[in-house]
Amino acid sequence: MSDGKLKIKINGTELFCKKDETVLTAAKRAGIYIPTLCHDDRLEPYGGCRLCIVHIKGVPKPLPACTTPVADNMEVTTETPTIKRIRKRLIELLLSNHPNDCMRCEKTGECELQDLSYKYGVDGSRFEGEKWDMPVREANPFIRYEPNKCILCGRCVRICNEVVMAGTIELTGRGFYTMPDTAFGKPRTLSNCEFCGQCVSTCPTGALTDKKSRGKGRAYEMKKVRTTCSYCGTGCNLDLNVRDGRVVKVTSAYDAPVNHGNLCIKGRYGYDFIHSFERIKSPLIRKGYKFVTASWDEALEVVASKFKALLKKYGPDAVGAFSSSRCTNEENFLLSKWVRTSLRSNNVDNCARV
Amino acid sequence: MAGLATSLGAGAATNSLAQMPEIDTLFLFGSNPTEAHPIVSIYLKKALRNGARLIVGDPRLTWMAKRADVWLNLRPGSNIALMNGLIHVILKNGWENRAFIERRTEGFEELREKVRGYDLKKVERLTGVSADRITEAARLYSHADKAMIVYGLGVTEHRTGTENAMAIANLALVCGHIGRPSTGIMALRGQNNVQGASDLGPAPNILPGYQPVASPDVRAKFEKAWGVPISPETGLKSVEMLDKACEGKFKGLFILGEDPAQTDPNVHEVRKALQSLEFLVVQDIFHTETTKYAHVILPGASFAEKDGTFTNGERRIQRVRKAIEPLSGMAEWQVISRLSNLMGYPMTYNHPSEIMDEIARLTPIYGGISYERLEKESLQWPCPTKDHPGTTTLYSDLFSRPGGLARFVALDHKGPGEVPDREYPFVLITGRIREHYNNGSMTGKVPGIVELVPEELLEINPADAKRLKISDGDTVRVSSRRGEITVRARITERSQKGNVFLTFHFRDALSNLLTSEYRDPVTGTPEYKSCAVKIEK
Repeated sequence: MSDGKLKIKINGTELFCKKDETVLTAAKRAGIYIPTLCHDDRLEPYGGCRLCIVHIKGVPKPLPACTTPVADNMEVTTETPTIKRIRKRLIELLLSNHPNDCMRCEKTGECELQDLSYKYGVDGSRFEGEKWDMPVREANPFIRYEPNKCILCGRCVRICNEVVMAGTIELTGRGFYTMPDTAFGKPRTLSNCEFCGQCVSTCPTGALTDKKSRGKGRAYEMKKVRTTCSYCGTGCNLDLNVRDGRVVKVTSAYDAPVNHGNLCIKGRYGYDFIHSFERIKSPLIRKGYKFVTASWDEALEVVASKFKALLKKYGPDAVGAFSSSRCTNEENFLLSKWVRTSLRSNNVDNCARV
Repeated sequence: MAGLATSLGAGAATNSLAQMPEIDTLFLFGSNPTEAHPIVSIYLKKALRNGARLIVGDPRLTWMAKRADVWLNLRPGSNIALMNGLIHVILKNGWENRAFIERRTEGFEELREKVRGYDLKKVERLTGVSADRITEAARLYSHADKAMIVYGLGVTEHRTGTENAMAIANLALVCGHIGRPSTGIMALRGQNNVQGASDLGPAPNILPGYQPVASPDVRAKFEKAWGVPISPETGLKSVEMLDKACEGKFKGLFILGEDPAQTDPNVHEVRKALQSLEFLVVQDIFHTETTKYAHVILPGASFAEKDGTFTNGERRIQRVRKAIEPLSGMAEWQVISRLSNLMGYPMTYNHPSEIMDEIARLTPIYGGISYERLEKESLQWPCPTKDHPGTTTLYSDLFSRPGGLARFVALDHKGPGEVPDREYPFVLITGRIREHYNNGSMTGKVPGIVELVPEELLEINPADAKRLKISDGDTVRVSSRRGEITVRARITERSQKGNVFLTFHFRDALSNLLTSEYRDPVTGTPEYKSCAVKIEK
């Protein structure tokens, strides 16, 4: 055992862990898969779905990996025949009150419930009975809520209360009628919701989905491009989902060093400007009171010759450039270089102050 | 940023966001992160859930202020008086960190002399904050183990912005609360790449990496790399370029991705300056107030259309990746290169990674950065060499000033440039709301956001509203000595009596028609956070 670290064995593989780690985080780090539905690294351990149960040597009953802290010399087996049987049963119970309409569900292809159902080869037919039949809620611009697809993992209400601390939604009702909802079931408005979509980002099923990108493509049809948000200076990473040359959606980058998948309303939903019809798409040259469309060659020729003329007439003190804290490092460097090399001036400034 | 540079050496946040949950005492000053930096606020909320004590310095009763152990509800612009008052209390009670002051700072005696004059009575009068709140805040902050000051534009957007930041540094230094994990000063940056734009040299007195133009060695290095002589003379700041344009002495300007005609204060003057130019080129993704004055408009590429890097507020350099082709065919780096070629100076970059390689060669703080490394790891500058792991906490050993010591700066209260009077009795504070961004040219194109927040609202205290017989939703006229706008009123306790609040996100109710022309003399940062207005129904 090395300095304060504990040694455990998972499926026969030895690994060192920190004292306050759980079996689940240790396994994840070692690349060992344990199924879960109620766990999200951004949230406190919950132990709700019981799918992450593992066998620990010397313990008569299975324990949930997400809430069990590691102990020195612990020996963990992530799946035994008994555990597999229990997991199957748990998934079947969840599917017994689920619409199972995967073919038209927005979440298909990235649904954690669908994936587990596939992995364990089960459906909801074993436990027929009453099912939820509730209307879809979408009286807001960003978030669509289909209560019938909820599996009550509590991730949405926990991220809303634990992480964002917005308190928009909570588990309401009792027993079979428990469901996440806003106070008094009122539609989401700015007075009760931040529209950060954090709940959507953590929902393991199709219960909470992004409304704007609905029908615009399956998860596997999207090219995901990891990039850095262009709004404030926090530096959140996000994935632009591109299909047919268009950015149709933004999804969380869960392994991002700054934001770990968390995003705000602007980062998650503020992407429409990219394809706005109001974008300037070609250079424009002023002719009298009007702007006339020009080619890049024409426009840059005008800019170059005009700056050359001004330099000749007035010298380098009379010309300069403003750079932008909206642009990349490379562009800022280049503009600064252009002023120094082409204009031979130090008249260059940025808007860092405004 | 000039403030922290003077006191500590570098104009950058001293710590990392990931260290925030371990803070035990958080001093949030002039920042409303739940609106302006929601993801930073998630870190801070985690600290609060872990039991951190919270001091908030803000004239507005923000989300954080409501939950604060101590709310220092100072009058806008009285930052220095408040900081001096806090230091006064700390020194009077012997709560300062003697060992730290002796070993790692200089100029303490001048500061001690200066703050002696800031007894609680005087500070109470200048700031409007009660003496017991100041004492309690001083006690909490000075007794903390891991104390972090997080500040925002409420500190810098004053005519004393630079000094306000130095005053904050004074407080942290007196208590020795700097240079350890979760302990330091974090400045929250308003725009995505403020840090990078500051770092990479589009400034009149520095070349990339804060290397002074005045230094012959620095110039020699760049002259050798770029093959042209570099002028030793400090150039003009943006404000000065505009002033000279009005005087007819400045003729040609290239504006890259900025909208001074909307976002600068006192926009009348700016517009006059832009009109006086003989040649103005504006490159932007949308038509803005500024493009109206252009002779040539060049289309910009959005962040989704190009490769590059942004540097965030904790000095972290992160990749921007091209997801789609530039709608106009070219990204800015290509446009500048071509323009340079046309003007006779060849630029032959095939990809932004080559520009980064050049940055790394010329800029020591970025010396170890390359796209190849950024694919595998996340790096915070200073990162001088290819095998350097980057720096999460600054100043754990030495400050980056000559001699390695931090400097106390003795400062006096000056207050805002314009104070309320009988004619214009209210103080107008401007700032952001969560849903929108800056001039609204991006968020204004998002239908859902426009549906949620369609228009500007003037936040006014219930008592003031009652006195003026204004009800929630009434249309009111807000005017200052410079202009007027018409908006609807929102009655809220968030504004204290005598203060009102507007954003600057809406073109049709442009709060910068009202804001004053006062600026910080060092950085040129406008005083967005305080001007005098009157309100009529």
